[in-house]
Amino acid sequence: MWFKRNKDGILTSTAEKKETPEGLWYKCPACKEIMPAEDHLENLWVCKSCQYHERIGSEEYFHVLFDNNKYKKLDEKIKPVDFLNFKDTKPYANRLKDATENTNLLDALQTAVGKINGMEMVVACMDFSFIGGSMGTVVGEKISRAIDYCIKYKKPFIIISKSGGARMMESAFSLMQMAKTSAKLTLLSEAELPYISVCTDPTTGGVTASFAMLGDLNIAEPNALIGFAGPRVVKETIKTDLPDGFQRSEFLLEKGFLDFIVERKQLKDKIAAVVDMMYYSRKKK
Amino acid sequence: MIYLDFEKPIQELEEEMNRIREVGEKNQVDVSTAISDLEKKIIEKKKQIYESLTAWQKVQISRHPDRPYTLAYIDYITDGSFIELHGDRNVADDKAMVGGMGKIDGIPVMLIGQQKGINTKMRQIRRFGMANPEGYRKALRLMRLAEKFNMPIITLIDTPGAYPGLEAEERGQGEAIARNLYEMFRIKVPIICIIIGEGASGGALGIGIGDRVLMLENTWYSVISPESCSSILWRNWDHKEEAAEALKLTADDMLKNKLIDGIIPEPLGGVHNNHEEGFLNVKREILSQLSTLQKLSAEKLISKRIEKFEKMGVYHE
Repeated sequence: MWFKRNKDGILTSTAEKKETPEGLWYKCPACKEIMPAEDHLENLWVCKSCQYHERIGSEEYFHVLFDNNKYKKLDEKIKPVDFLNFKDTKPYANRLKDATENTNLLDALQTAVGKINGMEMVVACMDFSFIGGSMGTVVGEKISRAIDYCIKYKKPFIIISKSGGARMMESAFSLMQMAKTSAKLTLLSEAELPYISVCTDPTTGGVTASFAMLGDLNIAEPNALIGFAGPRVVKETIKTDLPDGFQRSEFLLEKGFLDFIVERKQLKDKIAAVVDMMYYSRKKK
Repeated sequence: MIYLDFEKPIQELEEEMNRIREVGEKNQVDVSTAISDLEKKIIEKKKQIYESLTAWQKVQISRHPDRPYTLAYIDYITDGSFIELHGDRNVADDKAMVGGMGKIDGIPVMLIGQQKGINTKMRQIRRFGMANPEGYRKALRLMRLAEKFNMPIITLIDTPGAYPGLEAEERGQGEAIARNLYEMFRIKVPIICIIIGEGASGGALGIGIGDRVLMLENTWYSVISPESCSSILWRNWDHKEEAAEALKLTADDMLKNKLIDGIIPEPLGGVHNNHEEGFLNVKREILSQLSTLQKLSAEKLISKRIEKFEKMGVYHE
């Protein structure tokens, strides 16, 4: 029918609008379906009707990956500091304080060690809720130390990326974290320990241009935005609309930059399976 | 000669000097005292202006249209021995990234750098010095070649950033830069990186991992350009001066923060005033650094290179 409305947007009239009490219900931002929050959690924060992968934080990913949600956090006390006295519309020091108050996190990445299907691994996971998951000194240092830990105890390494890129308020220091993390990954590689990079929505900028693209395997959740330049910047450059699905996981898989796409439900088993073959069950040289 | 806004006092003096010279020639009068007085004044003025440049003014100088670009440096310091090499052996030859072999005072080296265009047409072809993934992959191919034949690598950095185009994304701009960072830490020959103009973000760092990272006096190196920083954090372009200050992007700041290893001085009034003196300073610095670096074993070079970048960052614990 020509008058049928196909577009997204408000689908119910105000009179029929259902308020969703916080905590009990989850409303999918993609398909607008409403479902019990409990079911949504059980489905690992993936919409049951449209498979939309909700953006989740490091605690949630640890819950997804580690056996019985048991793990030990590493280097928990490293804190960012506004050593450049950076100030834009508000001082960086205040931004840090606000971010910590709002998220209960000290910076945009947590690292932990624990068992995944019985195999011990180190997982570093970014938090988009902390200043857009931006990479500053602390993110770089925690990855660096997690790699030291992997080398010392001979453990495979997983990074779950979710980031807008380098953190401007730390200027060239954040830029150099790209170099620092890449440098440390060469040492991990020399120790012949597997490194799996998991790209989730979004993985852009300096993170893509360093550790996120340097995995022995690069894998991604479905429909995640993954790119170097943001879509808005690319659009301004080419001065025309971007093709559908541009810079999404499926696009990167097609172009040859990902090994496979994995739904969150399968993430744990898939990581376990490849690490088992690459490391725990292989014939040692 | 093109003058930047803060160079106006110099422009006035130089124009006055030219007028006096013309008058002198026309009327056959001796104006040499007046000229030498003015010359002294000009030097004084330049010193005064160039000793107290703001961060934003340095950004402006780094983009001065009369400033020499990569190939001009290469031609001079290799004394005509440079042979340009092309292509990434995969997709294309990126004109925004140049490279090749040349001899500096008899030492064969591999020289690589972003290249900006010298006129309107070339600026388009060279994409204003913004490389595509194939540019970074060409750079890496040449670095591996240098490693194989034990030639030190010199990279000259001058870019407003990696090219943010549709095809660049399709061909993996992020992966190309990431791969270079990773591989440059494993290259077994000495690497010297010199920022000769703009050092913007991942686009600069993509050829910026070295045993020595040096900046010319009036250049900048940061995670983002002051304009883009202003547009993101202040949501308009009017705060570029403030952003330039806040980003601590000058050579002095970068050295103070231990993010680079040294500063190469520019001639008075910037390298756009005297190309040759600038080229010579760069050549001398390369030779002096090479003499130290060439004594180190491959293992030592690599472990020190990694150690240096590993230390970058300030945090509380």
